[in-house]
Order: sequence, then C-alpha cells, then structure tokens
Amino acid sequence: MNSRYTAWAVGLAALIALPFVYREPYHLHILVLILIWSFAYTSWSIMGRFGLVSLGHGGFMGVGAYVTALLWNHLDITPWIGIPLSMVAAGLLALVVAYPCFRFRITGHYFVLVTLALSGIVLQVITATRDYTGGSLGYTPNRAPSGRGLLALQFDDKTTWYLIALGVWVVGLLIWRWVDRSMSRYAMEAISEDEDAAAAAGVNVTAEKLKITLISALMTALAGALYCQYQMFISPDTVSGIAVSLQMVFAVIVGGLYVSLGPTIGAIITILLAEGLRIGFGTKAVGWDNLVYGVLLVVFIIFLPKGILGSVLDKLKAQPKKPKTT
Amino acid sequence: MQAFLDTFDIYLLEAVVNGILLGGVLALLALGLNLIFGVIDVTWICYAELVMIGMYGMYYMVQVFGLPYWVAAPIAILLVAALGAALHYIVIAPLLTAPPINQLLATGGVLFILQSFATVAFGIDFRNLGIRLPVLAIGDMHFSYSRLLAFVAALLGMLAIYFFMKRTFTGTAIRAVAQDRQIMSLMGVDTKRIYLITSALGGALAGLAACLLVLQYDVHPFVGLSFGPITFLICVLGGLGNFVGGFIAAFVFAQIISLGGLYSDLEWGYVLAFAFFIVMMFIRPAGLLARRS
Amino acid sequence: MLELRSLDAGYGSFQALFGINLEVRAGEAVGVIGPNGAGKTTLMRVISGLIRPTEGSITMEGRDVVATPAHRIVDLGIAHVPENRRLFPRLTVDDNLKMGAYMPGARAKYAERLEFVFDLFPRMKERRSQMAGTMSGGEQQMCAIGRALMSDPKLLLLDEPSAGLAPVVVQQVFELVKRIRSGGLTVLIVEQNVQQVLKVVDRAYLLEAGTIRASGTSEEMMKTDTIKQAYLGV
Repeated sequence: MNSRYTAWAVGLAALIALPFVYREPYHLHILVLILIWSFAYTSWSIMGRFGLVSLGHGGFMGVGAYVTALLWNHLDITPWIGIPLSMVAAGLLALVVAYPCFRFRITGHYFVLVTLALSGIVLQVITATRDYTGGSLGYTPNRAPSGRGLLALQFDDKTTWYLIALGVWVVGLLIWRWVDRSMSRYAMEAISEDEDAAAAAGVNVTAEKLKITLISALMTALAGALYCQYQMFISPDTVSGIAVSLQMVFAVIVGGLYVSLGPTIGAIITILLAEGLRIGFGTKAVGWDNLVYGVLLVVFIIFLPKGILGSVLDKLKAQPKKPKTT
Repeated sequence: MQAFLDTFDIYLLEAVVNGILLGGVLALLALGLNLIFGVIDVTWICYAELVMIGMYGMYYMVQVFGLPYWVAAPIAILLVAALGAALHYIVIAPLLTAPPINQLLATGGVLFILQSFATVAFGIDFRNLGIRLPVLAIGDMHFSYSRLLAFVAALLGMLAIYFFMKRTFTGTAIRAVAQDRQIMSLMGVDTKRIYLITSALGGALAGLAACLLVLQYDVHPFVGLSFGPITFLICVLGGLGNFVGGFIAAFVFAQIISLGGLYSDLEWGYVLAFAFFIVMMFIRPAGLLARRS
Repeated sequence: MLELRSLDAGYGSFQALFGINLEVRAGEAVGVIGPNGAGKTTLMRVISGLIRPTEGSITMEGRDVVATPAHRIVDLGIAHVPENRRLFPRLTVDDNLKMGAYMPGARAKYAERLEFVFDLFPRMKERRSQMAGTMSGGEQQMCAIGRALMSDPKLLLLDEPSAGLAPVVVQQVFELVKRIRSGGLTVLIVEQNVQQVLKVVDRAYLLEAGTIRASGTSEEMMKTDTIKQAYLGV
C-alpha cells in the first residue's frame, strides 16, 4: 500500500514540475483541456457509478460557464465570487430536479430522461435569451484591463492555467476517493442494487442520493466555469445540452466507470483522438472524431463495459487470484 | 381594442391548428419509439437520427438523382426500415441481457455515429428538396399544404400500423411479446424474428416521418436534436410502450410548443415543454394515462 | 410418442432434475405427481424447450426435441399450457387463441381450430372480445387450454391446471381433461392435486426432489403406501 502512495506522490510531483521544464504551448494547452475535462468526467462518474446515469450534466456545466461569464460581463462580479455563485445555482438546479426524482423513486430510463429534459431546458434557455448570452453564436467574457487579470481570473500564460487545472483535477480525484471510501458508498451501492433492501437496512436512500448528486453537480459547474475562463469563449453546444452530456458518459465508459482514473483515461483518449484527427485531416476531420467516438462507445459497451482501465485492472487482479465467480 | 382582440384570436387559432398538425408527425414518431420500447424494452436515443438519415435519403433521391417525390418516398421508408433492423441486429441484439442503461448508452453512441456520419458524408450545409407546396389561406389564417399533407399521411401511417397490429398474426405476436416474452416460444414464435420485424417497423415509421418532415424543414446533420428529445418526453409522458398515451401526449406537447412559440420564441416553447415534462414526471411518473395503483 | 432418457436439467448452477426416464405412449394420459419444488414444472419446461437439458435426450415420435429450436417444438406436436396459465392479459380471448395458431401449419387450419375450441368451450365464444386478464380463473384456464389446442397438437402438456382455482372449478377442469382425452389427444399432466389427477390419468410417475421415485398405473399408484400416506391422506 505504501508503494502506491509513493507512486501517486512521485506522479503528482512530476506533473507539477512538468510546465517548468517543458513549455511547448500547444502541448500544455492540450494538457489543460485534458485536466479540465477529466475533472468534469470525474464529477459525472461520482454519480454514474452508482447507477444514477444523468444526461443533465451538460446543463450543470452550462450553468457554471454562463452564470460566471454573465455575472462578470453584466454586473462586474469577479469570477472569484461568480464561480461560487454559479456553483450554487447549479446545485440548486440539481436539488430542484433531483429531490422529487429520488423522492418519487424515478430511476433507470426515467431518471435518464428527466435529466435529459434538464439539459434541454438549459440549452434552450441559453439560446432563447440571446440578447444576454449571444444565443447559439456563443459568448465571450470581457477582457480584464491589463494588470487586473488575477481579479478577472484571466491568465495569458499556459503554466498558470496548467497548475490551476492540475489542482482542481487532483481535488476531483480526492473527492472521488473520499466518496469511494466513505460509508455513503456502501449505502449507495446498496441503493443501486436494491433500494427497498437499503431502505429497510436503515439507509436514507433519498438523502444519500441527493448528497452524491449535489457534489457531482457542484463539481461539474466548476468545470464549466473553468472551461469558460480558460477558453474565453463558450457556446451552448460546447458546454451544455444533450451532446455534452453524452460526451461525458461516453468518455467515462471508455475510460472506466468504476476506477478513479477511469474518467481521466477517457478524457485523454477522447481529446487526443479529436486533436489527432484534427491535425491529421484538418478541416476534413469535422465529424470524423465523433464518428470514431460513437463507434468506440458502441464497441465498448458491447465488449468492454468496464472500460479500458477497468478491464486492464481486472486482468491484473485476476492473474494472481482466481477471478470472481459472480 | 376590438381590432387587437380579433387579430389576437386569429393568431391563436392559427397556432392551435398548426399545433395539431405538428402533433400528427410527433405522434407518428412517438408511435415508432413506443413500439420499440414496448416490444423490445429498449429506448432508441438515436431515433430522430434515423429520421435525419431518411431526410438525406429523400434529398439525394429527389434533388441529386431527380426521382419524383412519390417514387423516392417508399424507397426512403424501406431504407430507414432496413437501418432500423440493422441497428437492432448489430447493436441491440448483443445487449439484450445487458443493463438497460448500457442499451441506452449504446444507442447514444449510434446517435454520435449517425450524426457524424452525416457530417462526414453530406457536410454541414442545410439542404432542402426545393419543393415548395402552396399555402392554404382561410380568412387571415395561413396553413401550409406541406403540414396538412404531413398530418394526413401521419394519420394514415398510424392507421396502417393499427390494422397491421390488430389483424395479422405477426402484429398480434408483436403485441403479445410486449406482455409476456418468456412464453412466446410456446406459441411457436421466434422472438428474435419479432424483434427484428418490430425494429424494421419502427424504422419504417421514422422513414415516413422523414418523408414528411423533409417537406417542411431543411435537413442538416443535427436536425435530429431539434425533435428527438421531445419525442422521448412524449413517449415517457404517455407511458413508455403505451400507444394511446403517446398519441395524446404528442398533441399536448405540440400545443405547448406551438402556443409557447406564439407568445414568445420557439425556444421558450421548448423550455415550457421540457419543464412541463419534468413536473409531470413527478406527478404521474407512469404516464398520463396510467391507472393509479 | 414422447420419450425422456436419463435427463438432467436445472437453472444455472442449480440442478432440478436428475436422470429422469419417462415415457408417454400415443393416446395415453400420464400424470406426474409430487410435492412442491420436486421439479414438476421444470420437467414440463424442459419438454417444451423453455429451458434446455444439461444431459440426456428427449424424443417426440422419434424426432430429437433437444436439437429443435424452442419455437419449433410446437411444430413437433407438443403444446404446453404453462403454470399459472400465462395468458396475454391485455389481449382479447380471440387474440390469445390466435397466438396459439401462430405456426404456419396451424394458421392454415385457423378457422377450423377456432370452431373446435369454441365447441369445446362455448364460454370462450361469448367472451371472445374480452381482455383475457379480466376473466375468472376458471375461464382463464379454459382459454389457456384452448390456446394450446389451437396448434392442433398431438401431445398436450398441462402444468398444474387446478392451481389457484375454487374446488368446483377444479372439478370442471378435470372433467375437461377427460373430454379432451376422449378426443384422442395424448396428455401429460403435472399436478399436486393427486387424488383428482389419478382419477383422470392411465399412468403416473411420482417425482420427488428431482428424481422419479415410483411409477405405475393409476390403480397401482393409489395403492402404494407412500402415496397413500403422503398425498392422499388415507
């Protein structure tokens, strides 16, 4: 067990040191994107792994990004305050939808579709309020006057963003781990297996589900806000809606739903794939990345439902011991 | 003041009628999705993308190869029916015993595939048939013939399905599978075959919808997203697998969208429809028509 | 007609039947009796292909049942009235009967078979457009048997036809079985109601814990001490 902590510490130290020895901006840019999306995917998997498959996370991400940007542009509220406010907004949205869902035991397909409607609402509201949000053309936060970049959370150099994204990503993994370790996981697992049994065993099913959902929504909103601050451009299609929600699900499934680094692996694969195709084929690549995503998603669900990392870890574990009979 | 009220009423009436016309096509789509769900117990998230492919099929046959509309339409229906059968055979059949969520996600993958396939193969330009049907004017109200035609054809399509389901052995078997799939082999029914036929039928309905929608809307790779989500909500609200419920819910939603669009933008109509759906899920989770247990 | 040779079957890792040997000759009515959980229903399900044996053979008129796809077994002349009837509750009586005649061979004779079933159960003709799930238990049992007869089978498998029915109705059901028999149909019937079933069948097998403990003609079985004590309460 000790060697595992050492490995994590060495890995983390290497990641922190990286931008100081390697400064190629394009590669750092890709790394920042991977870290931010990894964080978003990790947030999704915190819920998804317990059978709470949400297609509403595009909505939470959209709220995170747009609320932060709108507060800054229209009310001059610094993202330092705007981001927490946007997270609160996303959290409230999550509670408003999730509480009745869990209360009335809306599960499976129905839960998926309710959350899908939620993404739909956020996307349509952003498009409909085009006077403020720019609608489907996208939206750009106002540039901060020079010297006030810190206040506006706008940084020109990639290293700063890399370190911010790295920090957030690590926090995301720690939260994943915390949920994984805490009692509530056992409760949640009992919930996803058999709600009635869990309730009979004294687990407050609704409260447990709500807690996980809230954590997940808050994190996703943060991811959206960071994405907005980093890219300095957001559009309804890139941070909200069903397509973004599906993209999260896809990446997590490919990487592995039940392991902490699974979503990260998913983000690495999807982003490298998209970038690789973009560089290899230029504008001809439009659509190809999604085509490959789609095929991979289907193939993975049919043949490797535990994802790449999950399957590899299973194989490693299976070698010394006998495989589980279940 | 009186003049204001008069115009107001006419616009309202026009919106209501257009809502009913829209409801016909939505009901057609809901029927297709309900058929798949009721019989195979799978939700095709990519259903609207099948429609999109059908619309491209129509576009190419009519605009590029110069076929008359009436020749192209049956071919498009067959094409999408084949696509539906293929979707079942390749993606759903291997996942029949997998958790429902995996089936849902796999069809989500197919959504990506079809969308991006269309992007790659047909480009992202908006295309249309170049057929402009006349507009019917009743007083100050205007209704397009393409919508009227779509409404009538959708009703006929649903009627055809109704008789097929009621009158034929295969149709009866499809209804029976939805009630008790385990004992179907005792009846000599090969459920795999019934699933395949049902999928083709669901595809055919999507194909018919494509032929009708392509008269009213431009086709582009993402056109499915504009009516796909709403189709699911209709099915869920009607009670998944409940044909009558889906039919009614389609008209309810069409009115919400049409009237919402009258008083504000179309997007607000959608927002209203989505919100209505979420609230209804809490009040009547098993659908509008479900008997309270 | 039907022959089972050293048959093993079960669900997953749970084995329910051990080395069953059983025979039904043409024109016979054969009963399988035994307590709950003895494997009676499993036996029926194996014959009609709902589950597949892990070992052993089943032949119907010399043809290999195990090698026949489940949905083709009806074509061999085997019709199964499952436990709890298993009608399609939200289908009309007519549609339920129609499903019984689904096989191409039976479809050709559909009108003829329908008349036959309506002759046998006039009640079904009255209820033909009623949803099957809304009928009484006895009527549902008639409908289930009618559905099986629609395929014009040579062998009828009846799984607990008396289960869940009122005593008067149970009487009627056994009367019915007698009438069906007299039409020349071969019947294999599984029952917990030993007293009743032994009056209807020619021969019977006693199935306990997945193995055949005894077999013989109805008279012999009725005289067997174990059966007398355990099942007839004499």
